Amino acid sequence: MKHPAPILTIDHLFVRLPARQGMVRAVDGISLKLMPGKALGLVGESGCGKSMLGRAIMGLLPKHAHVSEHSEIFFRNRALHRMTGKQVRKIIGKEMAMIFQNPMSSLNPVMKIGRQITESLNHHLAIKKKDARDRVVQLLRAVGIGAPTQRLGQYPHQLSGGLCQRVAIAIALSCDPALLIADEPTTALDVTVQAEILDLLNAHQKKTQMAMILISHDLSVVAGRTDETAVMYAGQIVEHAPTAVLFQNARMPYTRALLDAIPRLSDTAHADLKSIAGNPPDLVDTAPGCRFSPRCPAARTKCKTKAPPFTHINGTRYGYACWYPLESHGAWPMPSCTAAGGQ
Amino acid sequence: MSADATARGLGPGFWLPAAWIVIVLAAATTAGGLPIANPDRIHWEAMAAPPGTAANNVDSTESGGDHSSPGTFWLGTDAMGRDILSRLVYGARVSLAVGLVAPLIGIFAGGFLGCIAGYYRGHIESIVVALMDIVLAFPGLILLLAISFYVGANLTTLILSLGLLTIPAFCRVARGHTLVLAEQAFIDAARLAGAGDMAILFREIIPNIIIPMAVYGLMVAAFLIMAEGALSFLGLSVPAPTPSWGAMIAEGKEFLEATPHISLIPAGLMFVTVVSFNLAGDSIRSVVERRESQL
Repeated sequence: MKHPAPILTIDHLFVRLPARQGMVRAVDGISLKLMPGKALGLVGESGCGKSMLGRAIMGLLPKHAHVSEHSEIFFRNRALHRMTGKQVRKIIGKEMAMIFQNPMSSLNPVMKIGRQITESLNHHLAIKKKDARDRVVQLLRAVGIGAPTQRLGQYPHQLSGGLCQRVAIAIALSCDPALLIADEPTTALDVTVQAEILDLLNAHQKKTQMAMILISHDLSVVAGRTDETAVMYAGQIVEHAPTAVLFQNARMPYTRALLDAIPRLSDTAHADLKSIAGNPPDLVDTAPGCRFSPRCPAARTKCKTKAPPFTHINGTRYGYACWYPLESHGAWPMPSCTAAGGQ
Repeated sequence: MSADATARGLGPGFWLPAAWIVIVLAAATTAGGLPIANPDRIHWEAMAAPPGTAANNVDSTESGGDHSSPGTFWLGTDAMGRDILSRLVYGARVSLAVGLVAPLIGIFAGGFLGCIAGYYRGHIESIVVALMDIVLAFPGLILLLAISFYVGANLTTLILSLGLLTIPAFCRVARGHTLVLAEQAFIDAARLAGAGDMAILFREIIPNIIIPMAVYGLMVAAFLIMAEGALSFLGLSVPAPTPSWGAMIAEGKEFLEATPHISLIPAGLMFVTVVSFNLAGDSIRSVVERRESQL
């Protein structure tokens, strides 16, 4: 079986942000591979670095952010980390697009919807503004916006949050990107709209074989909509597995704790919500050892002194970073995951 | 759409003051063509005449065929026998020139510096902020005194120096708004759409700060009209005999007991105009805030 080349390869990505207390290790040694057409879910608590990872890929890091020299990001076999800002700008937005968390703030409040979509078409595909109109209407229709011709002349504040996010998606998809990074695309939306937006992204992904990174703090957003899931904690990936396997058979106690924190319909009324005790660690002065150990119910002395390496399972690119992983329910190795891992 | 517009439109709280400003502006710009007396002409026979005095004893040899001889001094004459209505109309030129042009200097220069500082941050921001602190710390009155001594007080230097003094305030407003805007996701989205720094500044940031800057500009305009009045008392405004509202109030202060209308009429006019600028600015701001709160 011929292995297709990954569309995105991240190798030892370190991003540091200067803060008053010192350098914040926002992304701390992350390596990832994403195959064309696949969807990767990236989950973790707020402040664990998942948005920074997305921004690092898109070249949208804050100006003062410091990226380690050994960090490598390859997109379609091109080394993004060696490109100048101008070269990167030719690729991002066109072959790689991004959707942001708050749809209200991701559109310019004083620019009409139509013009905002035309801008990207005009710049990346050199479509003349006059000719772009038909394409814009088509795009708006494709993201499920009714009466697209009327919407063109409206301003963002005249649209609902869900519609704004659809417009943002239309802008992101306008150049048929090969990779879409959706940074909490539904966090600011109503639950009913959430599902519609996620289904829209999934449908487009299936149709065009687009790869997608879905960043969320909510495991239920990622469930069923991604091929594989990576769990981030304190700037590192602590577990990475095919989504179905992760949900059935999490090995890392942090993943387990996140899963347990999801309230279930089968719970009795007034059952206590399970939460993870403590707070995410300080990313300036990181203690040696596993970063989750202060909050981990199963932590032992070794966890506090020595950081666990990322253990690959059966030679796949999946695995976990834990000295004392939870019991395997025998779901590993699943035939599907070895196949996916070998791909 | 029309229901939309009335729901969040500008009410009479905006249109009445705006109409007043337009009337004053129109009168000031067309002063030469209005059927009013020459503002500098002295009517010896009607000094400090109360409002409504008929100008019957016009000295025909002095006025000649002057079409601008009034039939009636509707607002009376000042202590030197000059028609107050006419001087108010011509005086509006100075007050409005100061009130409208000086803030424009501040809006453009201060707005530009503020955007640059708020967008680029770092050293540029430190330099701009330090510069503005210097201008803020410089006593404005001393600057005006120095300019009137060395260059001479005229309308141009008055506008330029008052304009310079408003730059820091506009710079702060622009920088504050830019700092907030630069964090918004649509700036990132624009960058993804291929926009460079200049395109982002001019197409994404500046259109979003124009309205708050203009609203602030109206407040500054009101303040500067009053400032011109205060400067007239110190002899730092336009030199006599050019009429200005401030100078007219100052001239009348000697006769406040006997003929209060000489001071009070221009003072009332200045009051109404300043209130108009403030009200207009406030109603625009409340509309904008209502719109922003919906975002």
